[in-house]
Amino acid sequence: MNNSRRSFDVLVVGAGPAGIAGACCAAEAGVRVGVVDNNLRAGGQIWRGETRDSHLAEAASWLRRLASSPAEILTPMEVFAQPETGRLTATSSDGLCELSYKKLILCTGARERFLPFPGWTLPNVMGAGGLQAVVKSGMDITGKKVVIAGSGPLLLAVAAHLRAHGADVRTIAEQAPWSRLIRFGMAVASHGRKISQALQLKKQLSRIAFRAGCWVTAAEGNGKVESVTLRTESKTWKEACNYLACGFHLVPNTELASLLGCELRAGFVRTDNFQESSVSGIYCAGEPTGIGGLELSIAEGQIAGFAAAGQRERAQEYFGERKSQRRFSMALECAFMLRDELRPLPSAETIVCRCEDVKFGRLKEQSSWRAAKLQTRCGMGPCQGRICGPAVEFLFGWKAESARPPIFPVAVESLAATGCVE
Amino acid sequence: MPKAFSVTVNGAQVGVTEDMTALAAILLSGTTTLRRSVSGAARGALCGMGVCFECRVTINGERHCRSCQIRCGQAMDIRTDE
Repeated sequence: MNNSRRSFDVLVVGAGPAGIAGACCAAEAGVRVGVVDNNLRAGGQIWRGETRDSHLAEAASWLRRLASSPAEILTPMEVFAQPETGRLTATSSDGLCELSYKKLILCTGARERFLPFPGWTLPNVMGAGGLQAVVKSGMDITGKKVVIAGSGPLLLAVAAHLRAHGADVRTIAEQAPWSRLIRFGMAVASHGRKISQALQLKKQLSRIAFRAGCWVTAAEGNGKVESVTLRTESKTWKEACNYLACGFHLVPNTELASLLGCELRAGFVRTDNFQESSVSGIYCAGEPTGIGGLELSIAEGQIAGFAAAGQRERAQEYFGERKSQRRFSMALECAFMLRDELRPLPSAETIVCRCEDVKFGRLKEQSSWRAAKLQTRCGMGPCQGRICGPAVEFLFGWKAESARPPIFPVAVESLAATGCVE
Repeated sequence: MPKAFSVTVNGAQVGVTEDMTALAAILLSGTTTLRRSVSGAARGALCGMGVCFECRVTINGERHCRSCQIRCGQAMDIRTDE
């Protein structure tokens, strides 16, 4: 295995919008910047597959700015440990890489929240963002019947994207009730840009049934999903489909922040005005500080980038934009709160931990996350509880324990090389 | 234009382009079961972004590769459900 070493004034982990903005600003301020991401290319999930020539003007402009900045882009590369302060270790296809930094900006993004229900482990039941990511990566969805379910604004964006790629989107089932969605609409009415995005989406989604206060109770099929059972407060019915795209809004990726000792508050990384975490020299921007979407991520990324490069005055220029976008973030959290009816969906036989095949019935007998891990191996598989952790928190109220290295599974020889094991 | 070539999924040839992932190639071939869970159930991809590890397959003999995070390569040999 090849080992390489790189050294940066500012290292950015995560090359989604927040990371791109942070890397561009820091690099343009004149310090030596590296940006690492475990995906194939920069762009994050929202700009997955986009290029400098993208028809999405904002994606194209940021990707061009990143490419022409002096920042070094390291993809795909996955950070898994910090053997000592100021040094991270990562794996890439070329082997192990040591990344030294003076300042660090964590832009590790978010993942979808998945909740278990009977049949959710069938092939072709995917996340909403999950199915979109696979279509962006070249899968053909033409003519396929798709039900989109779960919660959050992502469902609409996914529906529009899949339809534009030829999918037959049958239904969008949003668990949040109309009353909350209307309040959300009013709260964001002051954001001109969000309104125009919403109107554009409405046009793209014409004639697709959008149901609020509606959720999936089961997925059925022989070897793969063939139908789903949908429910509202007044009725239950079945809908045939080739794919169920189901995700319940987003949860932040805070594993690396947690490993590095950054303080979390209510599950998010706590930061000061300059996006600096409780650990001096470690900044955080984007979804790990609070789910707030694209514009907030970019504003926070710019603040973190300039601040990490020592240009606090320039960072302050984005405080106003961040403040306005944070109002949207708070409205989001309130609108897409999960309804209690989602808790009793799993039966005793429903798998909750997909890595270790731990069933709901066995988890119900446990008293804590720790007991569940020890007794059932829940959360001990390769995803390290990233999928079942947020579900278990919702179902039982158990909070995941702090992260331990390696935060992603790696080969034993990589671990040995970092001194994580002896 | 991205370069076009073929890969094999469980021995069958599939035409792909270089910007596609191994997972996209697998799904294009009509295969839906990517792996067996620890108790033997069929599983497919879930998160599409390298987090859930449900899309693990064997690529060019190397097991446990996350197919959603790997780009197709010329004559790549992809095997599912092993």
